[in-house]
Amino acid sequence: MKNPQLNKHGELQHLLTTEGLPVQIMRDILDRASTFLDVTDVHEIRKVPMLHGKSVFNVFFENSTRTRTTFEIAAKRLSADVVNLNIGSSSTSKGETLLDTVGNLCAMHADMFVVRHAQSGAAHFIARHVAPDVHVINAGDGRHAHPTQALLDMFTIRHYKKEFHNLRVAIVGDVLHSRVARSQIHALTTLGVPEVRVIAPKTLLPTMVENLGVQVYHDMAQGLTDVDVVLMLRLQNERMQGAALPSAQEYFKYYGLTEEKLAHARPDAIVMHPGPMNRGIEIDSSVADGAHSVILSQVTFGIAVRMAVMSMLAGNK
Amino acid sequence: MNIQISNGRLIDPKNRIDAVCDVYISAGRIAALGATPAGFVIEKVIDATGLIVAPGLIDLAARLREPGYEYKATLESEMNAAVAGGITSLACPPDTDPPLDEPGLVEMLKHRARNLNQAHVYPVGALTTALKGQELTEMAELVDAGCVAFSQADAPLIDTRVLLRAMQYAATFGFGVWLRPQDSFLAKEGVAHDGEVATRCGLAAIPSCAETIALATMLALAQETGAKLHICRLSSAAGVELIRAAKRQGLAVTCDVSMNHVHLSERDIGFFDPNCHLIPPLRSLADRAALRAGLLDGTINAICSDHTPVDEDAKQLPFAEAEAGATGLELLLPLVLKWAQQENITLSEALAKSTLQSAQILGLDAGHLSIGAAADICVFDPEMYWKVESSALNSQGKNTPFTGLEVQGKVRYTLVDGQLVYQG
Repeated sequence: MKNPQLNKHGELQHLLTTEGLPVQIMRDILDRASTFLDVTDVHEIRKVPMLHGKSVFNVFFENSTRTRTTFEIAAKRLSADVVNLNIGSSSTSKGETLLDTVGNLCAMHADMFVVRHAQSGAAHFIARHVAPDVHVINAGDGRHAHPTQALLDMFTIRHYKKEFHNLRVAIVGDVLHSRVARSQIHALTTLGVPEVRVIAPKTLLPTMVENLGVQVYHDMAQGLTDVDVVLMLRLQNERMQGAALPSAQEYFKYYGLTEEKLAHARPDAIVMHPGPMNRGIEIDSSVADGAHSVILSQVTFGIAVRMAVMSMLAGNK
Repeated sequence: MNIQISNGRLIDPKNRIDAVCDVYISAGRIAALGATPAGFVIEKVIDATGLIVAPGLIDLAARLREPGYEYKATLESEMNAAVAGGITSLACPPDTDPPLDEPGLVEMLKHRARNLNQAHVYPVGALTTALKGQELTEMAELVDAGCVAFSQADAPLIDTRVLLRAMQYAATFGFGVWLRPQDSFLAKEGVAHDGEVATRCGLAAIPSCAETIALATMLALAQETGAKLHICRLSSAAGVELIRAAKRQGLAVTCDVSMNHVHLSERDIGFFDPNCHLIPPLRSLADRAALRAGLLDGTINAICSDHTPVDEDAKQLPFAEAEAGATGLELLLPLVLKWAQQENITLSEALAKSTLQSAQILGLDAGHLSIGAAADICVFDPEMYWKVESSALNSQGKNTPFTGLEVQGKVRYTLVDGQLVYQG
């Protein structure tokens, strides 16, 4: 089966998922991202003219101020023209089909779509139907994938840990409903992390998750023992209604990341979170704001990684 | 008209015939096999040299979409598709709009179908009013109007007591109850099998136990009520095992599987192919192997097309939003033949699964070519290869997971009641 995100030269045509993304492309994205960071202060990002004259459409069928903003900043630092569309509140609610919306946006001469949609597979669907010269970046589709988030996480891990081949990484929380977790797992295993763990109650883990190449833990103390990286996931409030969990309090007690639980990890472990955080539900404030946390670095690096993806796509015809 | 089908290889599972043998048809019935009967004036000859002459296919599940969903398909288009697929009889589920829960609707459908003069249409009536799972339909009246059995189609029947009553009532008259087992709570919002593909793709899942829990309930109620139970579209290995055990214990239950589930698995979803969004979901390779084993040992009686024409707009959506279902009438024969080839079984054994066996489930004296039987016949070229292309299908439903597949076996002539209704 043809990999839908590569063109016939094996270059990146769309970024839809980290699954099946060649390791060299993944490394190229991370390397390119580091060129956008200021050499003296990694938290400063340069402005470059690489996408001058190009238009990037942020097409969000599901609201997300944060992700949309980081894509917008990334595109503007590349000197692109940016159009933001919150489709959730316009066309589709008037009965326009997704296909019509995509057709209309193509007719507006977009060079690149950044797409978020509540349905798994929506980005693949859109990529199948755009004009051949348009690039699609998946900014999150249902529970399926959020590749730029995973790539910025990989960038952050590499920044602090230098290598992947000697790491133990734990992903904690609602893996079942998480597109971030799926993309992280594929990215980590592709980059050669030898041990990826998931820690969650059984109600928050998908069937046969171990087939993705992870080890399953239900106990935080065991799962966090000697890990180098802790990737926290956001817990949606609706999980309590769906009978997946009894209460936020009980969840925090057993699966919330506290300093006490984090003490099982390696002394130099880093803690990450894709945001927005639920303090006191999946993570304690003392950890979120503590010495192990690199959560704010993730945000800055996220802009550089998105710049890398956009500029790489724009260079591939 | 008096017709001679000459030089064809006659395959009739019921009468255990597999030999080159001429067939003589008169007054819509099989008049003779072999030699020309005395006084038989041949008015038309169908040269079947190199072709197979078999009973017309009998499909246990074909949605014709009338009334109510004419934008998806019409009786005209789907009846054309049926005879082009060598299907001479078909049972249609009651999930039309309105559902087939009133005699008038059934009479209208039968009347419209009869006027088209193609395949025989056997409506399966709604088991409960509006398929809501609350009140029983007028089953006896519906049978008088032409229904052959009763079903909930894919609509849930949550109240077990209603199901018990429905089966008791149907059993009073000896009517068949056709049910697709699925626990609606466990299947809620699900669009794919709860396995590695749904996990990888992040699709909401339906576990196999959604099937087995409902199936165990149905089997227990059949035991309790003595109702003639037919299980539709089995999908899981555990389901096959339950049916096998029930049959071993002497329960008179029958069961079918869709051709899609005989050939495909969850893996065919690939990169979210909406054509593989089916009901029930395509399950694992192990489930598919168990379904095939169930067909071979007789646990599963029949293969149906589960023909579900969907309009293009409803399919051109992300996987979960895309309407479930695939067109199938024109693919049933080649996919049964493909299965036979893969399993290395005789054509007679394979064709029985979509002719004789389905007729028995429907309670029809059909699906065979005995002398005196209705001349419902499919004449096909077993060697001819063709590529499945949406645009070439007669059905108004153009979506199938088999698009692009090279299949073997092409219908050349279809006869219903001795009339040539299709020639390809």
